[in-house]
Amino acid sequence: MADMKVNIAGVEWNNPVCVASGTFGFGREYGEYFDLNELGAISVKGLTLKEREGNKAPRIAQTSGGILNSVGLQNPGVENFIKFELPELKKYSAKIIANIAGSTIEDYCQMAEILSDSDVDMLEMNISCPNVKEGGVAFGTDEGMVEKITGEVRKKAKKPLIVKLSPNVTDIVKMAKAAQRGGADALSLINTLLGMKIDINTKRPVLNNNVGGLSGPCVMPVAVRMVWQVANAVDLPIIGMGGIMSADDAAEFMLAGADAVMVGTGLFKNPTLPTLVSKGLCEYADKNGYASVTEITGKVVPN
Amino acid sequence: MKTTHICEIVSFDEIAQDIFDVTVKCEAMAKEAKPGQFLHIDCGDAADNLLRRPISICDAYEDKVRFIFEKKGSGTDYLSKKKVGDTLDILGPLGNGFSVLPESKKPVIIGGGIGVFPLYMLSKKLDNPTILLGFRNKSRVCMEEEFSKIGQTTVATDDGSYGYDGYAVNILEKMLKNGECDIVYSCGPMPMLRAVKTMAESHGVKCQLSLEQRMGCGIGACLVCTCETTSTGTHKHKRVCKNGPVFWSSEVTLNG
Repeated sequence: MADMKVNIAGVEWNNPVCVASGTFGFGREYGEYFDLNELGAISVKGLTLKEREGNKAPRIAQTSGGILNSVGLQNPGVENFIKFELPELKKYSAKIIANIAGSTIEDYCQMAEILSDSDVDMLEMNISCPNVKEGGVAFGTDEGMVEKITGEVRKKAKKPLIVKLSPNVTDIVKMAKAAQRGGADALSLINTLLGMKIDINTKRPVLNNNVGGLSGPCVMPVAVRMVWQVANAVDLPIIGMGGIMSADDAAEFMLAGADAVMVGTGLFKNPTLPTLVSKGLCEYADKNGYASVTEITGKVVPN
Repeated sequence: MKTTHICEIVSFDEIAQDIFDVTVKCEAMAKEAKPGQFLHIDCGDAADNLLRRPISICDAYEDKVRFIFEKKGSGTDYLSKKKVGDTLDILGPLGNGFSVLPESKKPVIIGGGIGVFPLYMLSKKLDNPTILLGFRNKSRVCMEEEFSKIGQTTVATDDGSYGYDGYAVNILEKMLKNGECDIVYSCGPMPMLRAVKTMAESHGVKCQLSLEQRMGCGIGACLVCTCETTSTGTHKHKRVCKNGPVFWSSEVTLNG
């Protein structure tokens, strides 16, 4: 049996499988379907400084091989998270990643400070939420801003800082390098791709917000390509995600250069998917004669 | 731990055009199921249907769970092609169902279209309910006979082609005026639910509504299937799958 432990920016996870922010709430619901100790890490629902009510429904639309969502960062706010949700999450061995989103650099800095004094294990800076102005997508699509905000938040954060990259850019490598220059400890990618679905009978967009973030298996080839490009360009741990529906999908991300993976949308089809992914990755490592799951990372042989 | 259930289909009938009446075998779900709860059903390959489809429970007894759905989109199209002996991957029963209050002596059930199905199991738990069922026209009328065995049942059609000529809510309004109702249970299209809410509340009568929304996870984690409530902040939008699908009318605005 391959050793499943991975080390992401100095934090040891029991296995490389994390659940993606926004698909898992704060773990209470899926905790009824599988033991959360089986996860390497949990990235919690995106947090903002103050609680948010989110967008009006409909917030979801199905597309070919995927879904569009526009929740709009409905969340109880960072203080309520620390008070009411974090103590429950800390009962498990899975590392807890606080996903943070803001509308100003100060918002992000303030949240980084507050969370640095909490029991969270890592921070994931969401500068790529496509659904609200406050989600920071403006920060995530400009090279200079990525470096600046990463640098400012890095100064305040006493926990390892993951920067979550947006795929809605011309050159993701530039953004990844900017995050590295700013002092990011790790990168996670990809966030959702901005998309739209129209009901041809009513002639109206299905989502109340008109546009939303595309996820699911339809985005996976884009995500794998971006992970591969970024892994070749920066020297930081990479958490890959985008449409993982099986252990084979997760193995692809790791071969492309990811040190760990996040499972999100696939949970909606199979609520125990993360446990299958981690089991399957172990089998894949064994089959290839790797003593550690970390040996899968970057093993793609380009043509 | 909760789990998905792989259930064998034991009966499968098209009871009206594009309306399918399905019974599956699953003792665990049958024992747990309460009126107003729903099933979250896998609809095949992720390329076609990544999302499960939420379908209300019509009835549950012994080791059987019954649900009725209308073929509308790709998910229900997939389900409509199933047959007896096939299996379905089902998550459930999910959500909060209807509350039966012992102090309520004059319950009225009012359903519209495919909204009548989730009310059937409830009607069996109530003491002598009055049942009002509204349909577009005669060809859409379903389950009249079954409901009639439980309580005084009136069918209304929008075009008057069968039963009462008009909306079921017109009958409800008369009953409320005459003091013939002390709790209302409803499921149906949004205009009907809005009318029911307004009428019941204006007469000071308690009212429970079963809401519908496009869903993701179905268990309360992803926050996509929300409805607007009278609360504020992060609680303004409650989860139809977890906090509902049944809500007290006073909780929800029905504005989105």
